[in-house]
Amino acid sequence: MRLIYAFIAGGLFGAGLFISGMTDTSKVQGWLDVFGNWDPTLAFVMGGAIIPMAIAWRFVPGRKPLVGGAFPTPPEPRLGRNLVLGSVMFGFGWGLAGLCPGPSIASLTYGGVNHWIFVAAMLVGMLLAPKVRSLLDSMEKSSALDTQTPAE
Amino acid sequence: MLETIPVDWIWGLIGGLMIGLGGAVYLLANGRIMGASGIIGGLVDRSGLDTWKERVVFLAGVFLLPIPLYPMYRAVDTHITSNIAVIVAAGLLVGIGTRIANGCTSGHGVCGISRLSLRGLVATVFYIMAGGFAVIIFRHMLGWV
Repeated sequence: MRLIYAFIAGGLFGAGLFISGMTDTSKVQGWLDVFGNWDPTLAFVMGGAIIPMAIAWRFVPGRKPLVGGAFPTPPEPRLGRNLVLGSVMFGFGWGLAGLCPGPSIASLTYGGVNHWIFVAAMLVGMLLAPKVRSLLDSMEKSSALDTQTPAE
Repeated sequence: MLETIPVDWIWGLIGGLMIGLGGAVYLLANGRIMGASGIIGGLVDRSGLDTWKERVVFLAGVFLLPIPLYPMYRAVDTHITSNIAVIVAAGLLVGIGTRIANGCTSGHGVCGISRLSLRGLVATVFYIMAGGFAVIIFRHMLGWV
């Protein structure tokens, strides 16, 4: 059952990304292009996605997932450097290509070879991430200016 | 041109509701947070190998379900840049950044904000601002994308 639910969830996610136009890189870049021809579609997608999720979170306290096990723990309150730095790196790449991880997978069947190249580069980046993370940690230790503690 | 814009918004809202419904199924049925970068990244760096079947099946759904919907959409063109160097740089940044930040648009944005997570909100503000800067620099100043 766990796998059937996972397929349904992934299917809804992929179909939703396709229908919303979020696999069209020009629409994503249009959203980020505040000083150009701004396209607010992404706000409708985000808003639409947050509604069912917000309702779903209300069912979590005091219950168990349908297939058993446990729900995710409450969100970590600490912000930290990795969250900010990683998000800035991610956002920069997102703006460059107009693709984030979900849509990059959803568009593989119709986006052409460039989407496969993007996903390949993204997978390499994910492989490199632990190295970059420890590099950041060692830089932080040698920096007297930085008074923050590592978050993750 | 003007009359086509609201249609895009409506499709965006419908698609968004489906994305959120997918996240709700993944949360309430499987007890997992639907974050694309976490699901993929856990396979790549082997940190999530114990749940690899669930991850692979989820990604298969993401990959396959757009196919029967091709006729529904007006244009399947994704308008991706033809500049391979930009694509590779962007892919590397997205891969490294989402793993260091522990989430992307789906994990921090959709799943995080909907549970009023401060981390999700802060991450979303930073990646949207960085994306905006990237578009300013590379579209308006350099004209690359």
